[in-house]
Amino acid sequence: MSGIGKARAAWSSISRSYSIYFVLAALIALSSIINPNFFSGENISNVTRQISVTTILAFGETILIICGLLDLSSGSVLALSGLLSVASYKATGSMALAFAVAIGVAVLCNLVSAAMVTKFAAPSFIATLAMQEMARGSALLFSRGQNIYQIGDYTKVGQGSIGFMPIPLLFLIGLFVLTWYILKNTRFGRSLYAIGGNQEAAKASGINVNSNKVLAFAVNGLLVGIAGVLFMSRVNAGLPNGAINYEFQGLTSSIIGGTSFSGGIGTAGGTVVGAFIVGFLNNIMNLANVNSYTQQIARGAIIALAVIYDIWTKNRRTRSLVKRTAK
Amino acid sequence: MESYKLQVLNISKSFPGVLALDDISLGVRKGSVLVLSGENGAGKSTLMKIINGVYQPDRGEIRIDGKKVLIRSPIQARGLGISMIFQELNYIPELTVEESLFCGRLPVVAGRVDWKAVRRRTLELLERESLPYSPSTRMKELSVSDIQMLEILKAVSMDAGILIMDEPTSAITQREVDRLFQKIAEIKARGTSIIYISHKMDEIFRIADDIAILRDGRVVDSKPRDELDIDRVISLMVGRKLESNFPKRRIELGEETLRVEGLTAPGVFKDISFHARAGEIVGFAGLMGAGRTEVMRAVFGLDPHSSGEIFVRGKRVAIRSVKDSIVSRLAMLSEDRRRYGLVPVRSLRENVSLSSLRRFIYRGRLHGAKETKIVSDICARMNVKAPSLATVVEALSGGNQQKVVLAKWMLNEPDILIMDEPTRGIDVGAKFEIYKLMGDLAAERRALVLVSSELPELIGMCDRIYVMCKGEIAGELARDDFTQEAIMRLATGLEKRERAAS
Repeated sequence: MSGIGKARAAWSSISRSYSIYFVLAALIALSSIINPNFFSGENISNVTRQISVTTILAFGETILIICGLLDLSSGSVLALSGLLSVASYKATGSMALAFAVAIGVAVLCNLVSAAMVTKFAAPSFIATLAMQEMARGSALLFSRGQNIYQIGDYTKVGQGSIGFMPIPLLFLIGLFVLTWYILKNTRFGRSLYAIGGNQEAAKASGINVNSNKVLAFAVNGLLVGIAGVLFMSRVNAGLPNGAINYEFQGLTSSIIGGTSFSGGIGTAGGTVVGAFIVGFLNNIMNLANVNSYTQQIARGAIIALAVIYDIWTKNRRTRSLVKRTAK
Repeated sequence: MESYKLQVLNISKSFPGVLALDDISLGVRKGSVLVLSGENGAGKSTLMKIINGVYQPDRGEIRIDGKKVLIRSPIQARGLGISMIFQELNYIPELTVEESLFCGRLPVVAGRVDWKAVRRRTLELLERESLPYSPSTRMKELSVSDIQMLEILKAVSMDAGILIMDEPTSAITQREVDRLFQKIAEIKARGTSIIYISHKMDEIFRIADDIAILRDGRVVDSKPRDELDIDRVISLMVGRKLESNFPKRRIELGEETLRVEGLTAPGVFKDISFHARAGEIVGFAGLMGAGRTEVMRAVFGLDPHSSGEIFVRGKRVAIRSVKDSIVSRLAMLSEDRRRYGLVPVRSLRENVSLSSLRRFIYRGRLHGAKETKIVSDICARMNVKAPSLATVVEALSGGNQQKVVLAKWMLNEPDILIMDEPTRGIDVGAKFEIYKLMGDLAAERRALVLVSSELPELIGMCDRIYVMCKGEIAGELARDDFTQEAIMRLATGLEKRERAAS
């Protein structure tokens, strides 16, 4: 291999691993030029509050997509668990109980989906679509379609700050570390990559595929439940009709962050960057008064670009790697 | 000058950092078979992809019937009469035999498919080739060898002037090989030119008119068959002389490590009993579909069995999952390493540590440095060649992939290692390395079970051979009684030997 070839290969490997960070950096640079208010503490704090809920959902989606699953119910389950959490807070005034209820309900819903997937071999797409309807219906039935108002100090979690840090951002950081740790440093995380990359081989290597899938859904439930509390707290009400389509925002962040729908590929860091790209882009478009319909088109175009880029680099990567090792 | 049907002249092709083909010139004569041989990574598949229009050469040209042609896509290649049968069969499981045969060229009358014509032509073809399939059978119901025969049938039916076959015999039975070779002789007689890629020496010399050997992207030699012999071809391929084809070591046998008694899975295999001792290499011979793989999968806990007992080191064990096998210190290399052995998109490191992650976990945390150390040690021992531990395994050659799977299982320190077709699709040099490793492993007092369809390999490496036929053990041979004929008589059901009381 020539020196130039080596340098080029090294550069392409760098640009592959970090291209998404370049995109984010470019976006931030562009934003600060377009709008001087972009870097104001208030704006940044706003953006992080806005994206924290969907980013937490995106962590769950990333974990699931890596092992070949996905969750179409996270928006609905978020609404159901958040709503019940608000109701239990209003009844008892205990924030700890409110969190426990939200997490408990979301984990339970996810275990039902997991049972459909592992016991009855339902595709996760279908199983969680069913759960989406059931959870939304339950939320509406429980509240008779009415929003719950006057939720008192419940709002502190979503709207308060500790020092200059918005509390949702603290949750976001904490749950990012959790997701990163799981994927990077645990046997569970390794098993997820193996199952998504080749389920048969994972099984033949002694990995219990079903129990890992159940656990993946349970972790997703934990994340959705916490997101439920943050969401209801931020909107200052229990909304049975809240967070509609949030699962797709989570999926978008995950995909833009480089998680591959073929399974076996994805990282926590990529997901967070993907979420910030989406968040900052929305923010710039808002600051620049782009109308909301156009914004929607732009978001769609970005998903398409991300997927095309993913497939393009994957093809190039396998091709160049095959060459490099074909000796 | 001889008349070449297809000729490549001075073809070069480089990819970032690598010169894959360096000034290749070759030709296949009309109505003849050119065998293309060479280790994996020698450039054979790149060259075939250029001929098939998948890649464009940087320099050089392709001529058909003496005329220069540009081949920009596989569809164009097909239009020029080039048909390619890939080693990894591509088929759509849900399609029927007839749909599959005419896929991409269904006859259309007035905008709709003429299914009657499809049925008629399918029946004609099947009858002509005496293949016992119904046109409405779905592909997923057929075995690998059936599907391959259909692929060959499809190419033949397209009247391809140039037929490229990439290791077509790697997964079919001896009888089907004979039928294939007969078919090749037939279409050759009709004037078709064939490029045949193979590593198998007996095959090469059986069907080649000319032999070309590639190494490191260059043609190292290209001659009529009569001017070459097996030793010469092998040494040209690897660029060195092999010490001996099978490095069998004399090893003192120890106590019985594995004993299987009366293992049965109704409809799959029946009353299977065998044993293996420490230091012993026990072979399993048989035709495709004899049930060898199925028995091994059951022993390893991948498939269930209804009755029978398994003893490891004299103790009865209940193996219901791979986890149980790992606890009993069993390991198995599957016949289909891409499907059961590897996670292609993940790194070398992750693949090797996959079945022994518990060794690197302390208080729930994966210990990266320890993993790196242990994985690189075992890779060095298995002689895995890769740029780094972070390389994704799909980028490795077949031989290296197999060594990765072996390395993965070695981390579990198995006492019993089941190897199902460990050298399938692997080049000569890597094969030899695997054989040597097998000898080393046996010398470390492990028991090895070798399932193989290559008789020379079984005869060369094993201490004893069990021969299976139709789901049962037809007989057992001691090393002194090994001959290809004796094995084939048992495997084809010509003979059944009552086993001596154990």
